[in-house]
Amino acid sequence: MHIIEDGNAAAALGVKLCRANVIAAYPITPQTPLTEKLSEYVELGEMKAEYIPVESEHSAMAVCIAASSTGARAFTATSANGLLYMHEQIQWAAGARLPIVMCVVNRAVGAPWNVWNDQQDSISQRDTGWIQMYCADHQQIIDSVIKAFWLAEKVSIPIMVCYDGYLLSHTFMPFDLPDQEKVDAFLPPFKPEYALNPDEPASLNTVTLPDVRIDVHGELAHGYMEIRYLLQEELRTSLAVAAAAEKRFAEIFGRGGDPYIEPYRCDDADYVAVGLGSLTYQLRVSVDALRKEDIKVGVMGIRFYRPFPDEAIANALKGKKGVIVFEKALSYGYEGALASDLKSALYEHLAGTGHLPLVQNFIAGIGGREIRTDDLTQTLRAATQSRIAKEPTWIGLKL
Amino acid sequence: MGTRNYRRKTSHSEHGPGDGGRTGSWRVERPILDKSLCIPCKRNKEACFICWLFCPDIVISRTIPPKIDLEYCKGCGICAEECPTKAITMVDEAEFSKEDKE
Amino acid sequence: MQAKTTILSLPTEEFVHPGTRACTGCGLAIAYRVGLKALGKNTILVVPPSCLTVLQGLFPVASTKLPCLNVTFASTAAAATGILATLKSQGKTNIQVAAWAGDGGTSDIGLQALSGAAERGDNFIYLCYDNEGYMNTGVQRSGTTPLGAITANTPFKGKLQQKKDVPAIMAAHHLSYVATCSAAYPLDLYDKIIRCKDMPGAKYFHIHIPCPPGWGYDPRYGIKVGRLAVETGYYDLYEIVNGEFKLTAASEKLVEKRKLVPVREYFRAQSRFKILTDEQIADIQNQIDAKWAAYYKKDEQQ
Repeated sequence: MHIIEDGNAAAALGVKLCRANVIAAYPITPQTPLTEKLSEYVELGEMKAEYIPVESEHSAMAVCIAASSTGARAFTATSANGLLYMHEQIQWAAGARLPIVMCVVNRAVGAPWNVWNDQQDSISQRDTGWIQMYCADHQQIIDSVIKAFWLAEKVSIPIMVCYDGYLLSHTFMPFDLPDQEKVDAFLPPFKPEYALNPDEPASLNTVTLPDVRIDVHGELAHGYMEIRYLLQEELRTSLAVAAAAEKRFAEIFGRGGDPYIEPYRCDDADYVAVGLGSLTYQLRVSVDALRKEDIKVGVMGIRFYRPFPDEAIANALKGKKGVIVFEKALSYGYEGALASDLKSALYEHLAGTGHLPLVQNFIAGIGGREIRTDDLTQTLRAATQSRIAKEPTWIGLKL
Repeated sequence: MGTRNYRRKTSHSEHGPGDGGRTGSWRVERPILDKSLCIPCKRNKEACFICWLFCPDIVISRTIPPKIDLEYCKGCGICAEECPTKAITMVDEAEFSKEDKE
Repeated sequence: MQAKTTILSLPTEEFVHPGTRACTGCGLAIAYRVGLKALGKNTILVVPPSCLTVLQGLFPVASTKLPCLNVTFASTAAAATGILATLKSQGKTNIQVAAWAGDGGTSDIGLQALSGAAERGDNFIYLCYDNEGYMNTGVQRSGTTPLGAITANTPFKGKLQQKKDVPAIMAAHHLSYVATCSAAYPLDLYDKIIRCKDMPGAKYFHIHIPCPPGWGYDPRYGIKVGRLAVETGYYDLYEIVNGEFKLTAASEKLVEKRKLVPVREYFRAQSRFKILTDEQIADIQNQIDAKWAAYYKKDEQQ
């Protein structure tokens, strides 16, 4: 059924369809309409879940951690400083291998205070051991939430579903609302490998030593390093599981694509713009304009940022003359984190092949600064003509 | 097995004694019970058991006579201090290592 | 009114194994052991980093026979909420959720989450074991370290501020049950836990825990030191049931006796108070006397 709703509603509907058992949330703009919606579903009895209005984001993730450890399908959502306040808990959820799903409605972080969109919040959580998915429209939001629960529970790794504040969260768009029966067919009830219970007592997340140690059965148990290694290893293999999720989703819902990247007019392109989220759809307009000038450009959205689909990205960009990375965040003191990751992937897979593209980095829309499509088109055009700068270039800066 | 696999990738502890090792080796003084002074021993019926109640390490049995598990007893001396009839005395472990040597 | 538990009627089943990493003569080990007897087998525990984390054991061995979720320092009560919400959604109504946190984890870093859970009325028991400092990290001052106590970060002058009254803060949340206890009176702790188990919402326990290395006394005197705190009227045992304050156990008896042990005896039993001057002790004695005069007056009015 096609409906017209805002992006936050798309996320809330996805969570409802996935029959989350426990939802904990603390209000922060622009996430609030999403969690308000969930509280409505629960109060009206449309959704059988426990909704916990916690007193902080730190506690929101604490509730999710404890709920997931006790066997619940747990969900939360946040933005900006709320996400940063959770940081300790985010690391904890990944280390404890809990399949929590969280929507991050992307917003700039303080200081100074700013409530508008960029992606500094979720990008700054890149190294926490979570899977990160980025959405470019409302259909991707609701579909990603559904896929996220399946994938998270399959690999026992938590997932952030990230989408741009306001640009997606507060705008209305038509999208297909999946049928409940289909979602139930796609996503079976959550069956954890262990859930806290007095009949099978276990102590979870206890202090773990640098080295291995004998357990009560006389067998060797892992040390901290082995447990952390397995998180890394299973994050890397979760890329293949994500592909299985995409395939399964396409079979049931009749839509899907490449699980990792979303290329647009890239096949014959000499230059490819790369980005995360709604910006890549805006870049399609610039690409169409430049194509009319016979400039062979394309744009590629990255749907999975962690684990980084390095091979898929390198294959897609092999032989291109240039890659132009647009980012709404940066690793302060160097460049955009995505640009660094891309360079690393390209070097790893293409160094010495003679097909290594030049990478340029542009920073745009920081703190909600309007990104004009004309500016994107001009930047893209210029970047195809020469290397603008070695350092990342800020678009629309008024110094 | 699923559960086993889960244990491999998380810190999932199962309960058992002696996580801290044989904590009896921490002991500087050893509690020695004089049954002739011990209330339940004297009366030969369940009584007192203050030593059992206050033992932080659960090494004193609630039996007649109370038995002290020296493998884990850390030798804190609370039992000796709280015993209303002073039936338990703390004796320097050096005395016993001498005995052991002999 | 439930009958008072005696040593002979106290259940013999133990939920803690011997051979823990707790320090010799650890007061927490006594309170924890007896507290778990009261909570019983059908319990899920929540524990933040604290001495209890060490007592509980290092992966892959646990010293406690009950399921336990170890959580971050500031999130104890919120984690209890998450377990409760899940048990509710699973239709499991017979499992007790109990959080055990230290005084730093309660009065300082965990206070926000505790206040949140208390205000939401989440149905669990929160037990703060108060050894009056960050003992697990090497005896630093906490919000509940008393005035005058030397700690690793109040090394010469002692703590210059008063102890934070956490039970009063929790009572201000209109809880069904708030109690203070002491490791020196384990049967009182046992009875109080049993009493509040079926009461609604969050229940708060504040348990005074003598700590040999942190307080500076020979481990064998742990119970004596804990008892002195009560007998001097320095630390009071009470419960607040639905807003009604009542002294209990040994503290209640002090009202009958109208006689307190001089607080000097409590201070002089520990090295952490060695810098307290006679004047300061006299000052504290006056405060205690005033507090107890009010108790006596209230008793006479009844």
